[in-house]
Amino acid sequence: MFDALAEKLQETLSDVRGRGTLTEDDVNKAMREIRLALLEADVNFKVVKQFTAKVKERCLGSDVIGQLNPGQQVVKIVNEELTALMGGASAGITFSPRPPTVILMAGLQGSGKTTATGKLARLLEQENGSSVAVAACDVYRPAAVDQLVKVGTQAGATVYQQGTDRDPVDIARWALDQAKMDGKDVLIVDTSGRLHIDERLMQELKDIRSAVRPHAILLVVDAMTGQDAVNVAEQFAEAVDFDGVVMSKLDGDARGGAALSVKQVTGKPILFASVGEKLDQFERFHPDRMAQRILGMGDVLSLIEKAERQFDEDEAKELERKLRRDEFTLEDFLKQLKQLRRMGPLTSILGMMPGLAGQQMKNLKVDERELDRIQAIILSMTPEERRNPELIKGSRRLRIAKGSGTNVQAVNQLVKQFGQMRKLMKQIGKGKMPDLGALMRQAR
Amino acid sequence: MARDWTDLFLTGDGGPSAAAEPEPEQQEKRRGFFRRLRENMSKPREALTTEIQATLFDTLDEETWERLEEALIMADVGARTTAGVVGTLEDEATSGKVEGGPALQERLVELLAGIARTGDDHIDVRHEPTVIMAVGVNGTGKTTTIGKLAWHLQQELGKKVLLGAADTFRAAAVEQLQLWAERSGADFVSGPEGSDPGAVAFDAIAKGRERGADVIIIDTAGRLHTQDDLMAELTKVRRVIQKQMPDAPHETLLTVDATTGQNGLRQAKLFSEAVPVDGIVLTKLDGTAKGGIALAIAGELGIPVKLIGIGESLEDLRPFDADDFARALVAP
Repeated sequence: MFDALAEKLQETLSDVRGRGTLTEDDVNKAMREIRLALLEADVNFKVVKQFTAKVKERCLGSDVIGQLNPGQQVVKIVNEELTALMGGASAGITFSPRPPTVILMAGLQGSGKTTATGKLARLLEQENGSSVAVAACDVYRPAAVDQLVKVGTQAGATVYQQGTDRDPVDIARWALDQAKMDGKDVLIVDTSGRLHIDERLMQELKDIRSAVRPHAILLVVDAMTGQDAVNVAEQFAEAVDFDGVVMSKLDGDARGGAALSVKQVTGKPILFASVGEKLDQFERFHPDRMAQRILGMGDVLSLIEKAERQFDEDEAKELERKLRRDEFTLEDFLKQLKQLRRMGPLTSILGMMPGLAGQQMKNLKVDERELDRIQAIILSMTPEERRNPELIKGSRRLRIAKGSGTNVQAVNQLVKQFGQMRKLMKQIGKGKMPDLGALMRQAR
Repeated sequence: MARDWTDLFLTGDGGPSAAAEPEPEQQEKRRGFFRRLRENMSKPREALTTEIQATLFDTLDEETWERLEEALIMADVGARTTAGVVGTLEDEATSGKVEGGPALQERLVELLAGIARTGDDHIDVRHEPTVIMAVGVNGTGKTTTIGKLAWHLQQELGKKVLLGAADTFRAAAVEQLQLWAERSGADFVSGPEGSDPGAVAFDAIAKGRERGADVIIIDTAGRLHTQDDLMAELTKVRRVIQKQMPDAPHETLLTVDATTGQNGLRQAKLFSEAVPVDGIVLTKLDGTAKGGIALAIAGELGIPVKLIGIGESLEDLRPFDADDFARALVAP
C-alpha cells in the first residue's frame, strides 16, 4: 500500500547511504525529496512540514554528523519519526465488562461504513467468539438497509433493522434494547454517510451517540482521501470525539498518506484496515509495521501472522522434514499452493516481503489464472504421478494436458519447474539462502 | 464551454448554439449556483489559513509563491501541476507581462481554467438510443450520479431513459439503482445478484431498444483500479455492449470523488486503459474538498470533467464549468 512512497524514499536515501559523511546540503536534498514524496502520498501539507522539520533537526544533530554511517542513521530517524507519527504500538477495542459493547460507525458517504460494519462483525466473531449484532441506522441512502442486511447476514451477525421510515436515533435505541434482550456481546451501529459540515446530520450523529452511549466510535476513512482528510477528521473529532479509525480500500495503490494525516491532527489511532472486497479481508492495523513498510523493510510481521493463521503447525513441521529429506512431492506442492492462495492474492503477499517492495514488484505480476492452470494440471495427475513426477512421459502427458484443459507444453513446463524448485528447496533445507534475484527471474 | 444543460448535451435539434444566449432567469440561477459552489468550497478553510487572500499578490516575494503553492497543494491539485502553474505565473510576473494584484489573480484563474478545459466536454445524446456507461472506484457515487443524470435527461431534454443495473456484485446495489429509477421516473432493467454484468448490460440495451428508450445508462460495480481481473471484466462488459450495438457505449463516464487525493490520477489512468473514458464526473463537491485532482487528471491525461455532483438530491448534478471551478479553487 505504501510501496511507491517506500520506493521514493529508498531512491533518495540510497544516495545518502552510499556516502561516508552527511553535509547540510545532503540533508536538505533528502528532505526535499521526502517532502515531495509525502505530498504525492497525500499526507497533509502541514503534517509534512512538521515531519520534515523534525527529521531535519535530528539529522543535523550531533548524533548523525561524524557517525560511521550517516546514511543508515537517516533511515533510522525517518523510520522512528514515521513510527511515532503513525501511532506507536497497535491498539484495539476495549470491551465493556457489561455487554453489549456498543461500537458506533461514522464517516463520509462512500467511505465504506456498511462494508466495514460487516467485516468488523465477522472479525469479532472469529477472533473473540463474540455474538455480534448490527443495527441499520442509515435510512437515507437508497437500499443501504438492504445492503447491511445482506452483508451482516453473510458475516453471521444478527441484523436489527426497522426499514427507513423511522428516525435513526430511535432505531439505534431500539436496537440496543434488542441486543440486551438477545444477550449479544457486541452491537455495531451502522450510520448513514454524512458530510462533516452538515450541521443537521452531525447533530443527528451526536444524538445517536447519546442514545446508545457507545464504548467505541470508529471513523471510517477512505485510504485514497487527499488533503481534505484533516478537515474531515478534525470535524468528526470535534462533534463526536471518535476513538479510532478504520482505513478502507487499502488494497488499492493509494499511498494512504491520509492515515498519517488523520493520526497526526487528531491523535486517534488507526485500528483496522480494510484490504479487499471479501468479508474476511479486514485486519488490525499495525502502525509500527507500516512505518517499516514505508521504508521498504517489508511487513514481515504481518506476513508471519497471516501465515500462522492459515498454516497448521504440525503440517509445517512435516513439510520442513520433507524439505530436508528431499521428499517434497507435487502433492505437497498442491497443498502449499492452496494454502498460500488462501492468504490472499499473491501480489499482496509478495508485497510484504522485504526487498520485494517497490521497483521489483512493478515488474512482477502474478497471474492468478496461471495458478489456476497449475492447480488444474496437478489435479489431473494420478496420486502416483504426483508423488513421482518422473513417471510423467508421453501418453501420460497427453492425458494430463487433456484432463486439465491445457497442452503438453504446459505440463512439461510444470514438471520441469517443479524439478528446479525441488533443487532450490534442497539448498534452503541445507541452510543456504537462495539468490533472490534468480528467484525473481524464475517467477517472471 | 459547457455551462448549462443545453450546452452540455449535443441533441440533434440545434445543439449548443440554440442556447447560446441563456435566458436571464437561467443566468441568475447560474450565478446563484456559482455563489453556492464558492461558499461550499471555501467554508472550512479558515482554520488552516492556506486560503489565498485577496491581498496575496500585493507584494511579490518568495513567500507569495510559496503560499500559492501551498494553497494549490491543499486543494489536491498535486505537486506537478502546481509547480507548472506557479512557475508560469511567477515568470509572467517577473517579466512584467502581468502586473498588479487583480490582473495576477485573473491570470491565475485563466491558467487553471485552461488546464481544466480539455478535449470535447459535451455529451452526445444524438444516437438512437445513446448508451452511457458509468464506471468508477467503490463509493465514488456512480449509482447516485446515474439517478441524477436520468432525472436531468428527462427534465431538461425530455428524453426517455432506461437504467441497466450491471452492478451485480455489491449487496443491494440493484435495489439502490431501482429506487433511483423510481425517483427519476426512468425505466429499469436488472438481473439476479451475482449474475454476469455483461449479460445484464446486453439485456438492458435490447430491452431499451424494444421499448424505445432514448438514453440507456449502464451502472457497473465499483472496483479498485488495481484489481486486474475486475478491470478485465469491465472491458468485457464494454465488448458485450458492442455486440448489441457496435458504436456503443457512446459515452463512458468515470466518477471521481472530490475528496480523492493524488491516487485519482492512477484511477483515471487505469480505468481509461480498460475502457476509453470520455469524461469525469467530479462528485461530492459539496464537502470541504476542492477536487483539485480533476485538474491534474485533465492536465496530465486530457480527460475533461463533464459533470459535478454537489449534493444528495436529484437536482444536485451540474454541468462542469472550468472558469467557475478555477475561481472556486483559489477563491479568496
